[in-house]
Amino acid sequence: MTIRTLRDYGQHYRPRMACLKNVEVFVVEMQDPKSGVKGADQKLNVTIIPHVINGQDVLAWIVTKMKVTTEEAQAFGTMLVAYGYIYPLQNHRKLVLVPDSTLYRFQTPYFWPVQKWPAEDIDYAIYLARRNIRKKGMLEPYEQQHYDNLHKWMNPKWDFIVMQATEQYKANKERKKPDRVVLDCQERAYWIVHRPPVLTFDVVRRTNIFLTQALMRSAVKSSVSLTAFVKFVTTHHNHDPFLTTPVPSNPWITDSDEFWQLNSRSVDIPTKLSVERWVLSFWELISDPRGRVDFKLFLKKEHSAENMAFYEAAEEMRWGAASAIPEKSQFIFNTFLKPGAPRWINIDGRTMGLTVKGLVVPHRYVLDAAQTHIFLLMKKDTFYRYLKSPVHKDMQKRALVPAPHVFTDAQLEANVRNRNPGISPILQWQQEEEEKAAAAVAARPIDVKAMVATNKLDRK
Amino acid sequence: MCDQTFLAITFGPCDSCSENRPLMNLYIKTEPINYCSLCMEIMACQGLASGETLKSLKAESETLRKKLEEERKKLHDVELEKVAEKAEALGELNMKTRRTLKGHGNKVLCMDWCKDKRRIVSSSQDGKVIVWDAFTTNKEHAVTMPTTWVMACAYAPSGCAIACGGLDNKCSVYPLSLDKDENLAAKKKSVAMHTNYLSGCTFTNSDMQILTSSGDGTSALWDVESGQLLQSFHGHSADVLTLDLAPSETGNTFVSGGSDKKANVWDLRSGQNVQSFDTHDSDINCVKYYPSGDAFASASDDSTCRLFDLRADREVSIYSKDSIMFGAASVDFSLSGRLLFAGYNDYTINVWDVLKGTRVAILFGHENRVSSLRVSPDGTAFCSGSWDNTLRVRQEGRGVGRELKQGGTTLYG
Repeated sequence: MTIRTLRDYGQHYRPRMACLKNVEVFVVEMQDPKSGVKGADQKLNVTIIPHVINGQDVLAWIVTKMKVTTEEAQAFGTMLVAYGYIYPLQNHRKLVLVPDSTLYRFQTPYFWPVQKWPAEDIDYAIYLARRNIRKKGMLEPYEQQHYDNLHKWMNPKWDFIVMQATEQYKANKERKKPDRVVLDCQERAYWIVHRPPVLTFDVVRRTNIFLTQALMRSAVKSSVSLTAFVKFVTTHHNHDPFLTTPVPSNPWITDSDEFWQLNSRSVDIPTKLSVERWVLSFWELISDPRGRVDFKLFLKKEHSAENMAFYEAAEEMRWGAASAIPEKSQFIFNTFLKPGAPRWINIDGRTMGLTVKGLVVPHRYVLDAAQTHIFLLMKKDTFYRYLKSPVHKDMQKRALVPAPHVFTDAQLEANVRNRNPGISPILQWQQEEEEKAAAAVAARPIDVKAMVATNKLDRK
Repeated sequence: MCDQTFLAITFGPCDSCSENRPLMNLYIKTEPINYCSLCMEIMACQGLASGETLKSLKAESETLRKKLEEERKKLHDVELEKVAEKAEALGELNMKTRRTLKGHGNKVLCMDWCKDKRRIVSSSQDGKVIVWDAFTTNKEHAVTMPTTWVMACAYAPSGCAIACGGLDNKCSVYPLSLDKDENLAAKKKSVAMHTNYLSGCTFTNSDMQILTSSGDGTSALWDVESGQLLQSFHGHSADVLTLDLAPSETGNTFVSGGSDKKANVWDLRSGQNVQSFDTHDSDINCVKYYPSGDAFASASDDSTCRLFDLRADREVSIYSKDSIMFGAASVDFSLSGRLLFAGYNDYTINVWDVLKGTRVAILFGHENRVSSLRVSPDGTAFCSGSWDNTLRVRQEGRGVGRELKQGGTTLYG
């Protein structure tokens, strides 16, 4: 987050340019009289200009030195010109490296974007004085301490410091407000790093607390976790559109959105690739909306749909609005947790005890223990039964393998013109909410008394 | 590590104040204790006990640090390159720009995809936030924020709202409507309040909560409806520049990177800093989780991108090259986690092979720095936003070659 080149030599901080020191080393090598770019005297109009280099030579030198392609060397060369290390002699507004006989010169180090001046005390004093001018009492206690110290031993230079600070303050005022704010933030960040506040004992204590828990936290062997990465990459290789061309076709290439339509939530028969992805892990299954629908179907057949319903309700409470928590927790308690509840979930006594106790003063994470228990139950048991079930096997058989699109040029052009605008996500969201509400009504336990009262059960 | 955060006691009575609160799992010497965040703060700020001095505390820090290094070294038994030898080599990648979105009048600072895989929200320096349907390249909504430098923007998971913020120190949520003429600014909701600029924001798993990071050194979790602060995260010693939410099944952690060169992993519920990595040499501009949630990548001003393993608690790979000297501004993984896309300040995008550590491709096209880069939710393409006022959606270019000019957008095939 820097704003464009600010050539203000009074302020020496350039926090974002930390990496330019490598560039500078490179530019110095370029100027080496023996191994650098060959320069010559050039006659321009009537004057003879010394040490002129041409674009082609610069490009060739970069290619050899860095061992890169011409394209990359061109990009890097343009950066050198853009940042002012090399400047063009003629068309001086166009800051690009042109690889022909266009003439350039090396900029003198004084004008380089980064002056490698260390964070001098004098600059810090000017910075603090300037902040003091802006607003009295704005300095933090540690900064005030620094300021007093600097004032003591820099006393003879103090007039100079105050003068510089006033100059900078006035120059600052002439900048546009957002630019000024950005510059202030950068400067502040720079000084925080180069003149860090002295560590107080509570900061050290916090570090110690952190380190103790880091030590007690068990870590895994590299071989185990790295092998897991390789495994993840390998199993997902076929699902990555950058590595395997998606079928029927990538919508961004052919402008046909059939790929998205075939993988949508409400499609009847999913694609084979989707089904394969569900098998990878329980999380993949329930992250895919179509997969979740399938899983719920299986649960209904098993008559254990209350687990998933509880999980979803707990998720809603956890991520939902703070104002809805009391109501939701009440609903969840009545539906899932209280003894004799219509959709009672089977969790161990200890967890149940903790949860019910916590529900007295509900908090969004109060169901965490119960939710974890149910999730692990579904992951380690129900998921495997699902994979062996006829619901899933049937789906695997029926899953589609769409044929890859083969479009002629004319068809592609037609696709571009007729790009499908699709459904607005807002409409889709409204649809889903309606479906959820309908499902909630359907899942409610039947109230026998009410039905009798309205004579629905009457067989007369 | 996912399973660990899963099974630890995270909510219940605090060992110190007995209130039912989200708990941090801490240790005094080797005794486990469960404190709520308030009691932890009190413990840290307690006056020096007899025999304790600042020096003795610092000495304790040193011994603990050394011990931790030793422990981690014992587990470090193999390098990523060795393990990656088993993985097959990648073929040549040929990426082409499929869409160029023109319409911003100034530098594009941030962008985010919608879960419907085709819509994008982008924000720019002049205060404009635009919602595009990137597939058709139509602009669907436009909002003018009352502030400039809108550095953060996010799309809600439902697709019904966007959040954005910047120099105004706030994060505002705008509900989107189907009515094209409606003035979105009328329904704006100010959610987050920081004491310095907003550098990053993201919705959690629903529209009702937002996680923000700010230049004041903190990150915070907010309730959208009431604007209430749910949890704040303190620990960075300088500006927090970026954050990312974990995709794991638990969804309980997030990682943040800052100007203090550190990347910290936090527990959303208790506010505890659970892991910290400080191997970068300069500001961390962007952090992104690996698709499995067990690792994350970071992009920094020191021109390198690094991969950190969360389970082994160490840095496993550095993606850098001598010819890359300019800072990396943004990173993202492809769906399988094999490719790492990184946008740099030298106007290019480098594509890295995550496992083998080599660069697979270098992409040109932008005329100024690439400020943000994200892969679409289903991995079919990635979009890069740049200071040249445009956004480009790119994909692998096997095959068809045709070019069609339409209005203000140029399509390449």
